[in-house]
Amino acid sequence: MPLFQGDDLACRRGEALIFEAVDFALEPGEALWLAGPNGSGKSSLLRLMAGLLKPIAGRITWDGREIGKDAEAHRARLRYLGHLDAVKAHLSVTENLLFWAEYWGLAPNAAGPALSRLGLAHLKDAPARQLSAGQRRRLGLARLALGPVALWLLDEPSAALDAAGVDLLATLIDECRAQGGIVVYSSHDTLPVADAHKLTLAPLSLDIGIA
Amino acid sequence: MTAFAVLIRRDLRLGLRQGVDALVVVLFFLVAGALFPFAIGPEPERLSHLAGGVALAMAALAALLSLDRLYQTDFEDGSFDQIMLSGLPLELVAVAKAVAHWLLTGLPLLVAAPVLALMLRLPAAGQGPLLLSLALSTPILSLLGGLGAALTLGARRGGVLLTFLVLPLYVPALVLGAAGLDGSLTGAGGTPHWLILGGLDIAALALCPWATAAALREANA
Repeated sequence: MPLFQGDDLACRRGEALIFEAVDFALEPGEALWLAGPNGSGKSSLLRLMAGLLKPIAGRITWDGREIGKDAEAHRARLRYLGHLDAVKAHLSVTENLLFWAEYWGLAPNAAGPALSRLGLAHLKDAPARQLSAGQRRRLGLARLALGPVALWLLDEPSAALDAAGVDLLATLIDECRAQGGIVVYSSHDTLPVADAHKLTLAPLSLDIGIA
Repeated sequence: MTAFAVLIRRDLRLGLRQGVDALVVVLFFLVAGALFPFAIGPEPERLSHLAGGVALAMAALAALLSLDRLYQTDFEDGSFDQIMLSGLPLELVAVAKAVAHWLLTGLPLLVAAPVLALMLRLPAAGQGPLLLSLALSTPILSLLGGLGAALTLGARRGGVLLTFLVLPLYVPALVLGAAGLDGSLTGAGGTPHWLILGGLDIAALALCPWATAAALREANA
């Protein structure tokens, strides 16, 4: 049985059905690229996988156990990067990252190396409001470098990144997979990630019930 | 340090770094309270009669000032998803937020209250009881306020809605706080009122976090 699996998933936001009959199955070390036009439900699927949303049909399992029944263990094994970077403008770069490290109970001394890894070491004492969009994204990605976890869920991780940043992201993804981690990411562009599975979400027609 | 304490420390740091929050609350409390002698006249007799009630009512209004941003900023910058994805139960997140709100508003109000009481000619014997009434009623303002903030998340004109939602809920805390102060000034004793107020504190601490967490889950779904 695959480690991380979703069967016949359907998702609704408000009144609108976003997608239905979506399946995925991932083994340790595998990557899944979510593709599809705007509004096709890539972000919603990632939020389902994180347990931030509940599917209206279908089930998501980790090692055979439904993630909703094991919510705390599931939260502890994943890192989620939303389309917002969760960066506080009034804290310094280090304070931002250190807060998440301490809040998640990780070693605080992992913050320095994580910032260096993302090329933010020279900005570590700068207030985060001085960061550019790409630098804010790097600070968001630095949370991934705080320590190994089993599952990464990345919503448009390459948005606002420069070419070097995209390469660095691909390297981080490779390293996570080499340690047996599963990476799911959504992207409009092709990221340089080796043999990722591709799941293309198609937008449902919006005139359900009218035509 | 536990996630609970780390979250409180971050909110305090953000509140103090932005600088205005605690200061604005105190200034509003003092300035709004100082309007009363102008409006009702400077006779000490009349003023001292109203002083305690004015201080408690102004505290309730001042506590509202920073409430609408209690969860709003974390929702807008994506922090709330990350806060949810941790081992800290959402109920404890709600308590941590209320504690941070109290430290940034309730505590500064306690410090400023004697000044307002002096301006309003509260008898010296009333200073202690006023502080006790405020100390017992401000935690309720923060806990119920947190619930209101969670319920109005994402609503248009949420701040206005929040005011209408929360102020009526503040009435029992105001009534008991004022009654306690009055009782001790007239010699009847304020203890029964303060005991009930303390009971309300405990009830709010026991119930508000659950309701707040439910509202937050709904808002983030």
